[in-house]
Amino acid sequence: MSRPRLLLAIVLVALLLFSMFGEHAFAGTFSYYHAVLIQIGINIILGASLNLVNGYTGQFSLGHAGFMAVGAYASASWSDHVDRIFWGVLKDPALVDKLKIPAELVKALNPGGFLNPFAVNGVFLVSLLVGGLLAAFAGLIVGIPSLRLRGDYLAIMTLGFGEIIRTAILNIDFLGASRGYNGIAPYTNLFWTYGVAAVCIYVVLVLVNSTYGRGFLTVRDDEIAAEAMGINTTKYKVIAFVIGAFFAGIAGALFAHYVGFLTPEGFNFFKSVEVVVIVVLGGMGSTAGVVLTAAMLTLLSEAQRALAHTSFVPPQYRGLLENRLILYSLLLIVFMLTRPQGLFGDLSAVRKRLTPKTAKQKT
Amino acid sequence: MEQVTLFLQQLLNGLSLGSIYALIALGYTMVYGVLRFINFAHGDVYMLGAFTGFFVAPQVAKVFTNGKDDSFTMQNTFSILAGAGTVMLVSMIVCAVVGVLIERIAYRPLRERPRLNVLITAIGVSLFLQNMTQYFVGADPKAFPQLIPVQAIPGLGDLTLLTTQAAIIGSTIVLLAVLWFIVMKTKLGMAMRALSVNPTACSMMGVNNDVVISFTFALGSALAAAAAVLVSLDSPSISPMMGNMPGIKAFVAAVLGGIGNIPGAALGGLMIGVLETLVVGYLRPELRDAIAYAILIVILLFKPTGLLGKVEREKV
Repeated sequence: MSRPRLLLAIVLVALLLFSMFGEHAFAGTFSYYHAVLIQIGINIILGASLNLVNGYTGQFSLGHAGFMAVGAYASASWSDHVDRIFWGVLKDPALVDKLKIPAELVKALNPGGFLNPFAVNGVFLVSLLVGGLLAAFAGLIVGIPSLRLRGDYLAIMTLGFGEIIRTAILNIDFLGASRGYNGIAPYTNLFWTYGVAAVCIYVVLVLVNSTYGRGFLTVRDDEIAAEAMGINTTKYKVIAFVIGAFFAGIAGALFAHYVGFLTPEGFNFFKSVEVVVIVVLGGMGSTAGVVLTAAMLTLLSEAQRALAHTSFVPPQYRGLLENRLILYSLLLIVFMLTRPQGLFGDLSAVRKRLTPKTAKQKT
Repeated sequence: MEQVTLFLQQLLNGLSLGSIYALIALGYTMVYGVLRFINFAHGDVYMLGAFTGFFVAPQVAKVFTNGKDDSFTMQNTFSILAGAGTVMLVSMIVCAVVGVLIERIAYRPLRERPRLNVLITAIGVSLFLQNMTQYFVGADPKAFPQLIPVQAIPGLGDLTLLTTQAAIIGSTIVLLAVLWFIVMKTKLGMAMRALSVNPTACSMMGVNNDVVISFTFALGSALAAAAAVLVSLDSPSISPMMGNMPGIKAFVAAVLGGIGNIPGAALGGLMIGVLETLVVGYLRPELRDAIAYAILIVILLFKPTGLLGKVEREKV
């Protein structure tokens, strides 16, 4: 087993054990910290997936919140409709008889009053995948026409599609339209959040170090040269875009099953900008940097909110701290002016310098 | 007959809306012409123009009524026009300064960097302006003071042309003429045109590129401020986020006309305004904002250079 795969397996098993034995008590006692941890996990997934598009492939997308919205609504709607039928059948003996479902299966899934946790999580996995796949499909539809464009045009185009997705949801009645969608089952826990985050990071890293990754990097570094070398640039761009959209969709699904309530306003342009801030500050094309920044920014905005309500801050300045977009916009400007590689952007360069020369020659 | 009148009426409304988009689109297109990047913060300069007008108008009214009154209740036509003109002029000057400052602080240090960095900075500037304005004036919409009395202009038969709409269309024509004069007949305008063709050659000919770029930002921002004051005559509700939608629509107008092309921006603005009014009038009002995106997607897919734009060869 290769090292990244082994690491992924260890992380997943550790998370599983924790969520089986410790999470319930932890979530009960430290519910605030639990919420912040979930938020960090979701932001890590969003940042790492957008980094694949913006950082590694160099395609500036401003529509990540749109794909998150597709995933969130699709998964919420799926859970709401399909889960209800599934569990409804299992709980109703008359229906079980009528559909001739084996008694052992019913007993395993629904052992007397409470539902088998494995079955619940299995159902949630399906729901997450539904969200992710629909978002990936949306990414494909948006990506194929718009990825022929470059730079600023692509940014505007993805912004436009993100807004179109949001406007569409606003006009779909069974998704709650402007009233919002509520009553989503609270399935999300630390295992799923960080499990998906680990898988997402793993997928991004493995992809980037594969032939596909070379394709992504060539497209970013010089699209014309890449095309001249016979690389199908649109194909690589679309692949990166679809995978990014897939994980954004799953992040949306996790978000939906954590907060239990969705509004189209939660997925507007500013949500996309928040993810862009994570990627830019983390250093475009540095997964470790983006993961660290996702955690730091989430903690920072929590700290900011907490600080705003202490006596250290005069009431008239409270608004400055409560509106995190003021801080985010300043961070964007200052970083672009002084440190465009982001906080951790050149860590890989440092690591290269630290490796002994003999090892370097080998590769 | 009734149908024809209705259609002409929609066209007239579209023309006044389109004039606004045209004025904003000129800022996008001129900046793109000289710097090859989309100034995301342009819509927010427009918003600042409206708020400058909002705060300046009472002061101007005081001056015009010798300190007796701070609302525009003048009776004779001359003082109404002079008052509204002063408010617009002050707002244009303030925004020109803001535009130059934005370029100086946020964009100039990045001139040699990849365009993506400038784009990210521009998004940052846009959000910063919006949220700082929101912090200072609050998020709720404010009522812009009525600078000129809203009446229908008599003698047009079944058509209604409001004084405000006439003011919008008239001012736009004047501003476009002034802009044409500046760009085509002055040395700075010639330098602007030269810069958009080839920056290096332009500076070799003794043009100070920085001055020209600053001037372009000043010109574009002043036009946006004029558009903001004009739009506030017609629909007097202003808020810190008001620049977003007109900003995007004006950008679409600039792309439709061929970005970098000045007559194209004016044409594109008018077309977007008329199309939007027709869609709202004949199809569904909910599509008001979607139509701009739809147009953008169609142009970018089929004719990315726009109606009047030239094909630019990519050099390696």
